[in-house]
Amino acid sequence: MPATMRDAFIESTGRMLENNPDAVVVLADISNGNFRDAGLVDKYPGRIINCGIREQLMVGVAAGLAKEGFRPVVHSYTPFLLERPYEQIKIDFAHLGLGGIFVSIGGSFDTASSGRTHQAPGDVGLMKLLPDFEIHVPGHADEAAVLLDSAAAEDGRVYVRLSADANAESRLVEPGKFHVERAGSSGAPAVIAVGPMLDRVLEATADLDVTVLYATTVMPFDSWTLRDTGATEIVLVEPYLLGTSASEVSGALHDRPHRLLSLGVRNMELRHYGTAEDHIQAHGLDADGLRENITGFISLA
Amino acid sequence: MARTQKTDYSYQDLEGLMTLMTGDEKHSFSATSTLDVVWTLYDSILNIDPENPEAPERDRFMLSKGHGPMAYYAVLAAKGFLSVDELREWGTFDSRLGYHPDGELIPAVEIGTGSLGHGLGISVGMSMGLRIRMQDKPRVFCLMGDAELDEGSNFEAIAMAGRQGLENLTVIVIDNNSSSLGWPEGIAKRFETEGWSSTTIDGRDHEDIKTALTQSHPGVPHVVVAKVEAK
Repeated sequence: MPATMRDAFIESTGRMLENNPDAVVVLADISNGNFRDAGLVDKYPGRIINCGIREQLMVGVAAGLAKEGFRPVVHSYTPFLLERPYEQIKIDFAHLGLGGIFVSIGGSFDTASSGRTHQAPGDVGLMKLLPDFEIHVPGHADEAAVLLDSAAAEDGRVYVRLSADANAESRLVEPGKFHVERAGSSGAPAVIAVGPMLDRVLEATADLDVTVLYATTVMPFDSWTLRDTGATEIVLVEPYLLGTSASEVSGALHDRPHRLLSLGVRNMELRHYGTAEDHIQAHGLDADGLRENITGFISLA
Repeated sequence: MARTQKTDYSYQDLEGLMTLMTGDEKHSFSATSTLDVVWTLYDSILNIDPENPEAPERDRFMLSKGHGPMAYYAVLAAKGFLSVDELREWGTFDSRLGYHPDGELIPAVEIGTGSLGHGLGISVGMSMGLRIRMQDKPRVFCLMGDAELDEGSNFEAIAMAGRQGLENLTVIVIDNNSSSLGWPEGIAKRFETEGWSSTTIDGRDHEDIKTALTQSHPGVPHVVVAKVEAK
C-alpha cells in the first residue's frame, strides 16, 4: 500500500506505463527524481519526458503527444500545473478536444510554509471552467490509486488533485459517486465532505443528526446521491476555495427549496506561513471551527 | 456539404479566392505575408492527401500564427481540402471557417490557433511522439510570425527542440518586421543558439522557399526565416 498520495501516483503511473504502450509522462522537473528513483525513467526510455522548468511547454508537448495518439500524464505542483499554463490547458487540450491526465501535488494546505506562491486554492474552480474535465479529490493514498487507475483506463480529460493532508482510513470509493459515510434521519441536513476534509467533518458532527456524504469526485457532481438524502439543508466542506461546487449543489436541488452553507478556504491573502494545521485552523476548517459553523447553520432552521 | 471537384487552381487564383473572404481586413497584412510560403508548402512540399487528411503517414502542418487565415483557407480550397463555396461563408454561424482556424471543425487543419505561442509547443510534442513511434517519414512544419515570437512560450519550445535534436521538425518564421521590440542579431540567431540549423530566404521566392524546406538538417531541427515586405 502506498504511504502517500504521491507514492500512489508514482506506482499507478508505473502500472499505466506497463499496461499501455501509449502512456507517456510529461514533467517540468517536479517529481522527475521520484520517477527516476522508482526505476521508471530507465525502464521506459523516452516515455518520461522532463521539459525542465517550462510549464507552458510541458502542456504543449503533452497535447502534441495526445494528438499523436498517446495518453499523457502531466504533473507538477498545483499552481505550476494549472495556473501558469492555464491557457495551454484551455487551448491545447480542451479546444483541441484532446485527452490527458493532469495530476497535481501540494493541494489543500500542504505548502503552508512555502507561502502563497506555492498555493492554488482556486485549482478545482479553474478546472471546472473548462469543458469535460473529470475532477477527483482523493482523501487517502489508497483512494488516489483507485482514482488514478480509473483515469488511466479512460481517454478523456481528468484532473486528479493530490495532497499530503489525508484521512486516517481509506474508503471504498467509486469514481463519479459520493460515498454515504453516515446516514442521518430522513431529511436530516447533509454535509458533503470533500476528500481530505472527511475526518474533521466526522469529528465535528459526531453527535449531530446529519447525513455525511464523502465526495472524491466533484466533476461530474453526484447530484443523485445528494438528492436521495432528501436534505434541504446542505453544508459543503471543501479543502479549496469555499463554494467551488456551490453551483452544482444548487443545480442538483433546483426544484427543491434549500439552504446551503459553504465552508472552505477563504479567498484572501493569508500572509502567514506555519503548518497545515495552522492554515486549517485559520480558515475555520478544524473540527472545532467546522462544528461551530455547522451547528450555527442548522440551528437557524 | 458538397465539395468542389476542381483542384487545378494555380497560385494566380489565390488572390481571387482570398477576396471571397471579407470582414477581417485588419488582418490582411497577416494573411498575405504567409501566402507564398503556405502555397509552396501545399504545392510542392507537404505529403497530405485531401481525400485522407488525417492519415498517420501525412506530414503535419501547424499554422501557429492563426491570425488572418485567409491565405491558408484559399490554399486549402485551391488544393481540394475545402470547398471554394465555403470560403464565401467564412465567419458566419454555420461556417467551419472562422477568423482563426478551428482544428476540430476542419479535418485538414491540425490545431486551433489564434492565441499566439501555442503551435510550436504542440509541434515539439508531435515530433517527439513520431520519434517514440519510430515513424521517420512524417515531417512536422510549424508556421509562425516574427511578432508571435514575442510570446515566451516559444522559447521554452525552441530550447527543448534543440536539446532533443528533433530533425523531423521545421519552423518557418514569416518576418514582416512586425515584432514591437525587434530581434537584435536577427531571428535565426535565437534558434541557432539552441542548436537549430537555419536559413534566411526571400519569403516571396518560391524556389528559395522550396529549397529551404527540403534542406537536409540531420540531427537538429531547422528554422526558415522567410522575409517579406514590412507591415
